Amino acid sequence: MSDMDDMDDGSGIIKKFMFLNRKAPHGTVYALEGLEVVLITAAFDQDVSLVFTDDGVYQLMKGIDTKGIEVKDFSKTYRALEGYDIEKLYVDRTSLDARGLTEDDLIVDVTVLADDEMANLMAEQDVVISF
Amino acid sequence: MLHIVNKSASERSSLESCLRLATQGSAVLLIEDAVYAATTGNAAAAKIQAAAAGLKIYALGPDLAARGMAGRVLDGVNVVDYGGFVDLVAEHSNCQSWL
Repeated sequence: MSDMDDMDDGSGIIKKFMFLNRKAPHGTVYALEGLEVVLITAAFDQDVSLVFTDDGVYQLMKGIDTKGIEVKDFSKTYRALEGYDIEKLYVDRTSLDARGLTEDDLIVDVTVLADDEMANLMAEQDVVISF
Repeated sequence: MLHIVNKSASERSSLESCLRLATQGSAVLLIEDAVYAATTGNAAAAKIQAAAAGLKIYALGPDLAARGMAGRVLDGVNVVDYGGFVDLVAEHSNCQSWL
């Protein structure tokens, strides 16, 4: 590890990464692909924030049952993110309200932000990756 | 005519266009991400309920369940399974998919 640091290849740099999820879970492949990328990123020890806004909040719904449409139910995977040290999950109040949802409807614990708080969180990132 | 909508009303204008252009007595079937519009508290719920006065509104049950929405369907919306989907297509002389 110290050899790597001596090479000054940037491997020790920690950047702030935001993954911005704005799509509903099954109508497109964005939600599933985004989740896979987040899990890969977890291996690189970066400062990761996971944001769900607009239809993206639907990814976190409790009670998802995909048997009838014969696709993978990946909603349980959000619960495993903690085990990958991805613990910063954010949802915005505006998106929940527009869909008649509350935090109690979601499968994981999230921090609910007002619009200005979400805007500031986004602005302070080094990298924003959108799905 | 049977109108079929498959996109989220908060992302695309297809549901709005459908409701604007569907004639009285037509059937509207919501599938895939369009089913969210037929759930309680959704921003599109008022439009769906107003439309239900002149149109027959249906939503596909397996798509509701896959989105955790089976218990949140608006009053006045008829939930159908895949067999019901086939029946709707067979009952109507023509159909329009709002892609």
